[in-house]
Amino acid sequence: MTDGGGNGNLLDAEQVRKEFGGLVATDDVDFTIPRGAVVSLIGPNGAGKTTFFNMLTGVYKPTAGRIVFDGEDVTGMPPHSITERGIGRTFQNIRLFQNMTALENVLVGMHSRLKGGILSSIVRTPRIRREEGGARDKGRELLNFCGLKNKGEETSRNLSYGDQRRLEVARALATQPKLLLLDEPTAGMNPQETADFTAFVERLRTEQGLTVLMIEHDMRVVMNISDRVTVLDYGEKIAEGTPEEVQRDSRVIEAYLGKQALEAQQ
Amino acid sequence: MSEYRQPWWHRWTGLLGEPRRRWRAMDARERFQAGIVLRVLLLGALIYIAWPLALLVAVIFGVQYGLPYVPPRFAFVRRGAIPTIILIVAVTYPFYNGSLTDMRLFGAFPDVGTAVIMGVYVIMAIGLNIVVGYAGLLDLGYVAFYAMGAYTCAWFASVQFAHRHIHFGAVGVGSNTPGIHISVWALLLVAAIFTAIIGIVIGLPTLRLRGDYLAIVTLGFGEILPQVANNGDSLGGFNLTNGPNGITPIDSPGFGGLNYLTGSGSFFTSARLFFWTVLVLVAITIFCSLRLRDSRLGRAWIAIREDETAAAAMGVPLMRTKTWAYATGAFFGGIAGAYFAAFKSSTFPSDFSFNISAFILSMVILGGMGNVWGVIFGASFLAYLNQEGLANIGHSLNQTFGTHLEVPLYQFGIYGAIIVLVMLIRPEGLIPSARRQAEFHEGVHDTPLYDTQQ
Repeated sequence: MTDGGGNGNLLDAEQVRKEFGGLVATDDVDFTIPRGAVVSLIGPNGAGKTTFFNMLTGVYKPTAGRIVFDGEDVTGMPPHSITERGIGRTFQNIRLFQNMTALENVLVGMHSRLKGGILSSIVRTPRIRREEGGARDKGRELLNFCGLKNKGEETSRNLSYGDQRRLEVARALATQPKLLLLDEPTAGMNPQETADFTAFVERLRTEQGLTVLMIEHDMRVVMNISDRVTVLDYGEKIAEGTPEEVQRDSRVIEAYLGKQALEAQQ
Repeated sequence: MSEYRQPWWHRWTGLLGEPRRRWRAMDARERFQAGIVLRVLLLGALIYIAWPLALLVAVIFGVQYGLPYVPPRFAFVRRGAIPTIILIVAVTYPFYNGSLTDMRLFGAFPDVGTAVIMGVYVIMAIGLNIVVGYAGLLDLGYVAFYAMGAYTCAWFASVQFAHRHIHFGAVGVGSNTPGIHISVWALLLVAAIFTAIIGIVIGLPTLRLRGDYLAIVTLGFGEILPQVANNGDSLGGFNLTNGPNGITPIDSPGFGGLNYLTGSGSFFTSARLFFWTVLVLVAITIFCSLRLRDSRLGRAWIAIREDETAAAAMGVPLMRTKTWAYATGAFFGGIAGAYFAAFKSSTFPSDFSFNISAFILSMVILGGMGNVWGVIFGASFLAYLNQEGLANIGHSLNQTFGTHLEVPLYQFGIYGAIIVLVMLIRPEGLIPSARRQAEFHEGVHDTPLYDTQQ
């Protein structure tokens, strides 16, 4: 067991706060992700979801608060250390290495899992050959798993939009994460692609035993696959619970539809 | 994704490095249109100016087209044919360069001494290419590493520290000569490692900066080191660099006594030995550079260049990876500096002005950032112009038109004009890497990663 925290949570965020000058982007948010769960983070635009994501992955340093991942305090660690400890992520607007091939993108994802140093890379020792060969095989497997069979040699900016989204996930999986963060993964997808993607996330959980946290706007996706949903508004957590509970929460309805909608419902 | 639209003139400049993938996708007519005019013009000019060079180019292209017909069981021929041809032509150069027909306009082919200097610049340009071309870190102070290498060699292979008396493996140095005299061969490695360490020391505080800020700080370091060399004749009473008078003479590598054994005018002249040695050094540099590019580290460098934020999120440690790029670049700068000092048998602070940094950067830009072969071409061409070419051109112009122009005086104006032309016509350089070419036309993400307000 690697659960150093003693509870079933893979990630605990306590009183996490981020201020940009006078603007409070996330206001003392408490947040937990149970091991093996699919958790969604929703909220209107500008609610602080991506800021929160960026704090979990080390891009931003929280102004106050503590983030514990897998029993270890990761607050303020640089992004690569956090990735090394097992948080992989995708980006809201696709950020692939556009001029590298799909396979190379995945290989960069494996960076922290490979060992090749500068001298051994120049000499290309047998160990490096094995490691590189193995990494390539594994990269191709990952591409197959994500539905990018035979696209390994294509330059990633030449891939279709859907394939680029898939490649982002493949690259994140290549970091061998315990927790996968997906930032609006279905943005711009058509209903069929969205349904495929939902099934794919389900497979990730069942086949790979991954814990998933995602920011998502498509409520059908959220309600279908989430075990828990957290709602942010103006940087504050306004609701948390199972999809059904959140759907009935009056503050959530107010945030999304306005006060009048809430009054009309009552 | 908007497909990049070529400016109209690219149809005619296609020869100068159409990306191979796009070239393959063209049909015969498109290929014909893409650059056939320029191809004929260039080849014509090359035949007119220097037919032996045109012959070499023709042979290489001929072999290139013939190679796919080599049966697969001779795969080693496919891989090794062109490098072997180039190697033979290069190694035997000292034996035939005197008997080649003079080039029109450019005059005689470069002599062996010039070729050594060209080789030194090629090493430096490949080193800088790792920093600028692979990792995308603009370094305007590369000359600092060149100077470090040269002074390291000078300290340990001259009479500079006369109160010491250390001899180790130096050839042709009398055993009672004062000073430290260590074999230059060992010093090449020592200088390279020492320079790489300096690179790390300079890199750690500065590589946190991005883009323009990094360029300015490296520019600063590039100015500081020559100043230290200039004023280093009494650092608290200690004469470290001998100030503006420089350190001279520096021991010769000795070549195992070969050139002393046979004397001048024989097979092993000093210049030839220096030339063959620099060929070996260049070959090692190319080899390391290519191997690194295709390694885990090289991928990380390119990833950082393309998108720093994404690279960090994928587990690439930014500081460490950038510092490695800097240290590797410094390593080759150090070797080049040490070898150059031994070749000239002297080192002066005035050898290491900002001009050199800009000059080496121009080589990388002219040839094509990120592509080793382009950089080699850029470095040899500009180094040749600097050493002999411009003077020869001036000479031929003056003879033809009866003028009295001192063309080398305008050298930086001429290099500037070349770079401006390249930027206008082919911003990605003459022989770019396919990746870099795409970046120039499509751009890359560039937003700060780390939080600036803590």
